[in-house]
Amino acid sequence: MDNSVSSQHSLVSVRNLSFSRGDKKIFDDISLDFQRGKITAIMGPSGTGKTTLLKLIGGQLYPDQGSITVDGQNVHKLRRTELYNLRKRLGMLFQSGALLTDMNVYDNVAFPLREHTHLPESMIRTLVLMKLQAVGLRGARNLMPNELSGGMARRIALARAIALDPMMILYDEPFTGQDPISMGVLVHLIKSLNAILGLTSIIVSHDVHDTSAIADYIYVLSGGKIVGQGTPKEIQQSESEWVQQFMTGAADGPVHFHYPAKDYVDDLLSSGKRY
Amino acid sequence: MIQFLQYLGKSTRTSFTKLGRGTYFLLQTISGILSVLARPRLLLNQMYSVGVLSFLIITISGLFVGMVLGLQGYYTLSDFGAEETLGVMVAASLVRELGPVVSALLFAGRAGSALTAEIGLMKATEQLSGMEMMAVDPVKRIITPRFLAGLISMPILAALFSAVGIIGGQIIGSGLLGVDEGAYWSQMQANIDFQDDIINGVIKSIVFGFIASWIALFEGYDAIPTSEGVSRATTRTVVNSAFSILGLDFILTALMFGDD
Amino acid sequence: MQHTSTQDTLVGLFVASGIVGLFFLALQVSNLSSFVEEDSYTITARFENSGGLKPKSPVSAAGVKIGKVRSISFDPKTYESVVQMSINSQYNTIPDDTTASVFTAGLLGEQYVNLEPGGSDVFLQNDGKIEITQSAIILEKAIGQFLFKSAEDSAEEKK
Repeated sequence: MDNSVSSQHSLVSVRNLSFSRGDKKIFDDISLDFQRGKITAIMGPSGTGKTTLLKLIGGQLYPDQGSITVDGQNVHKLRRTELYNLRKRLGMLFQSGALLTDMNVYDNVAFPLREHTHLPESMIRTLVLMKLQAVGLRGARNLMPNELSGGMARRIALARAIALDPMMILYDEPFTGQDPISMGVLVHLIKSLNAILGLTSIIVSHDVHDTSAIADYIYVLSGGKIVGQGTPKEIQQSESEWVQQFMTGAADGPVHFHYPAKDYVDDLLSSGKRY
Repeated sequence: MIQFLQYLGKSTRTSFTKLGRGTYFLLQTISGILSVLARPRLLLNQMYSVGVLSFLIITISGLFVGMVLGLQGYYTLSDFGAEETLGVMVAASLVRELGPVVSALLFAGRAGSALTAEIGLMKATEQLSGMEMMAVDPVKRIITPRFLAGLISMPILAALFSAVGIIGGQIIGSGLLGVDEGAYWSQMQANIDFQDDIINGVIKSIVFGFIASWIALFEGYDAIPTSEGVSRATTRTVVNSAFSILGLDFILTALMFGDD
Repeated sequence: MQHTSTQDTLVGLFVASGIVGLFFLALQVSNLSSFVEEDSYTITARFENSGGLKPKSPVSAAGVKIGKVRSISFDPKTYESVVQMSINSQYNTIPDDTTASVFTAGLLGEQYVNLEPGGSDVFLQNDGKIEITQSAIILEKAIGQFLFKSAEDSAEEKK
């Protein structure tokens, strides 16, 4: 193992990962490390397969090549029961929250506890209220998921994700589509939960500002490759034009404003044909 | 011509792969039955939404179908002076055919489409995927209880449909048209065989419950996770269930009542 | 989830109504009641031709159903049809010189065994045999005979 030094400290290590969907290569031989107790962010434009990476780590998808090791276990070589045991120690926060719509908030948070433990109902109640208190929504316990705002749904989902006291939480676009206040709440929550519970966090996001505020380390992906990596400061000072464009949000740069097309003037002059 | 062949080949391939996925899905579903039986609450909740909520539509339709049979049967039979056999006609057509078939079609429309939409939306809102990440097998936790509920509810609904229909036929036949009530029941009892008619009807309804629940759940589970995909899957559920129920009914009838 | 107990009650009612429905079909609609409760005894009759008789065809006396055909087999020695019938035990006074005939209910109706009691004081027991039998009237045969005969008659008249 060439990276044996770094993988000692990392909870998750991705090695030479390739994955394609149809003809499109989503990842092309990439390697990443996620340190224990740290918040690591994966950034990149939409459609670079950031969510796919989380699904690969969670064992929901299988890579074409390469390996993913979580806490010393190769995710894709595990048997089903072992994989499920590993997943009990992972929390995942989906973009939509993925709350179960036929249960209220309380039952949603209690769901993993009821499925995986044989705790008495009184203890489940205590645990659920503690988790809800941690995300500040203890008062919303009787609401149904369709009565929640997007930000609240995400906080409930976060309470559910920490119900079994996982070692790691994967966040899928936690800030997308949030108003500034819920955004601030979520940023604060992710940061404080990580510190208090001693979690390891992986955040997938394209929100430059807020993510770099809380991340300890950032990988920037594009076109299936890692185009930049480092602490937020290093990334901001990166010399890569591409990373600069992404961080500043310039309209044109290495990523072109125009979708690939033939020459503009030619196109206008070639009348007669519809396409 | 080549385009047509290509199209034919492609659709054959896709339908075979779909059948394969469906079979695998069914096996997964069935493998979860024991774990569901260990938690009867899951089953009970689904019995409510699959069975109890279909109760009204089934009984009301059964009553009307029985009343129509009473009316039509009377007009036809009275031409031959055989009004007394009205009970036989009503009961035989209900118990053998209409009970299982019509209640299964109604079941596919009422409960089946609801199941597809529910599962499809759960998929679209990442609930199934989320469950998987919580180390809960969505097939065992979500699909199997609904499948079992459909399997149990269908024969109950079909029996209710037939029973209510026979009473409906009696209300019209002897209440309105003056067929002797004693003859209605005794002719029926003399000619309807428990094993050949009632049991075969129950077997039919179990088979239909199996196929309708399977199709509904698989279409939901296999739906493209967008709102359009879910609505298409719901339509497919109703269409495919109807085809399968009617086709299977023909095969079962030929097997059951073929050699007398 | 708050209405769990009402839901349970409704599911219970639903299942119970289904069971009631099935019982109704079994007991009120079908013939299950007629062959569960009654004891019967078996008698045998040999016919030259049992026609369209089938197992479960009714056996009646004076137009009342008193039993049903249990099995029909062919005797390869006598070339006769052996018909076993189950007679309800309550009808245990059938004389041993009773005549058994295969009749048809109506012109196109199903065929049944009719028992015409004789005058003997000895009654048939279980596994008893009816000696006097009359075969089924085969419609085609009867029509054929009739036509043949009328043709003969008209031929004679012409002479």
